[in-house]
Amino acid sequence: MGALIVALVGTIVVLLAPNRLGDELVVLVPSTDGHVGAVVVERSRQKTVLNQAYAASRIVDGGAPQVEQLSAGDVRTEFALVLSALPGRPKSFLVYFLEATDEFTEESRIEFNKIMAELRERGDPDVVVIGHTDRVGNDQYNDRLSLQRAERVRGELVSLGIPEPRIRIAGRGERELLIATDDEVPEPRNRRVEINVR
Amino acid sequence: MRHFVAVAVLALAATGLARADDVGQVKVAKGTVHVERDGQRLPAAVGMRIRQSDTLITGADGSAGVTFSDNSLLSTGPNSVLVVEHYAFNSTTHAGTFDASLKKGTLAVVSGKIVKQSPGAMRVRTPAAVMGVRGTEFLVQVDEPAK
Repeated sequence: MGALIVALVGTIVVLLAPNRLGDELVVLVPSTDGHVGAVVVERSRQKTVLNQAYAASRIVDGGAPQVEQLSAGDVRTEFALVLSALPGRPKSFLVYFLEATDEFTEESRIEFNKIMAELRERGDPDVVVIGHTDRVGNDQYNDRLSLQRAERVRGELVSLGIPEPRIRIAGRGERELLIATDDEVPEPRNRRVEINVR
Repeated sequence: MRHFVAVAVLALAATGLARADDVGQVKVAKGTVHVERDGQRLPAAVGMRIRQSDTLITGADGSAGVTFSDNSLLSTGPNSVLVVEHYAFNSTTHAGTFDASLKKGTLAVVSGKIVKQSPGAMRVRTPAAVMGVRGTEFLVQVDEPAK
């Protein structure tokens, strides 16, 4: 008798419960470089793979996902507000130094202006500056030189208006070579500072 | 050498605004945007640090964008509720997991280093489904249930 009542009450609750799921839509979009990835949409153990640009999975009334193909224009219009709120893409820049100094090469001076333009576009940039050296000199010397280069870059950024607390620096010495060389080989491309902006 | 270590330590201390449990940062905040944290509703502004378990809430006029430490980018449009359920990222190995949950509204996702290192390590839940992210960009919309 008790079980019957529970079953009856259960049935009534299910019948009276409103449809508690709103409609859902998932759309795969190409990245800024045109690359199309993949997203697996799983509902009630049923998996749907989206791997074409603007392929979409739509769930209506809590039913099974239906795959459809949307147009780029419709998607860009429908999702305009959320797309415009995406933060700027993280970017990485390299500047190079004259041998055994924290002086920029002439080309890097010019590159630096581009980096500043990029930073000014971002509301509140986070910057990570990592200094490197080539293999001329011992580890201790190069650790010091790489940090000095990073400090030099931070100084330039601060003087151009980036708040100091937004910049983290590190010196990696000769541990992370861009071009592998034997010890004591001068290599301009290893004498660099990475500026990661996000 | 000791002097340089001291400088490095000071440099880290100076950036003490960032805490170990910060997992991301608000980069875009337009209109009404709040973060719900430990039962408190905090107004969100550009620069605010995001932590695991935070809920990002936008009003009818609101939208917000967050950059996470693995370079994942998430943004929400108006009338949205997004929960950062779980976030872990090892900046040395790039291993990590990212679980987010969109309760309602719209979401844009650009996956980062976590997914690059381990495709599928990022999941986005909605009331009806769960998305396994293999990379890199997708959009989600969750309508409010019909009354």
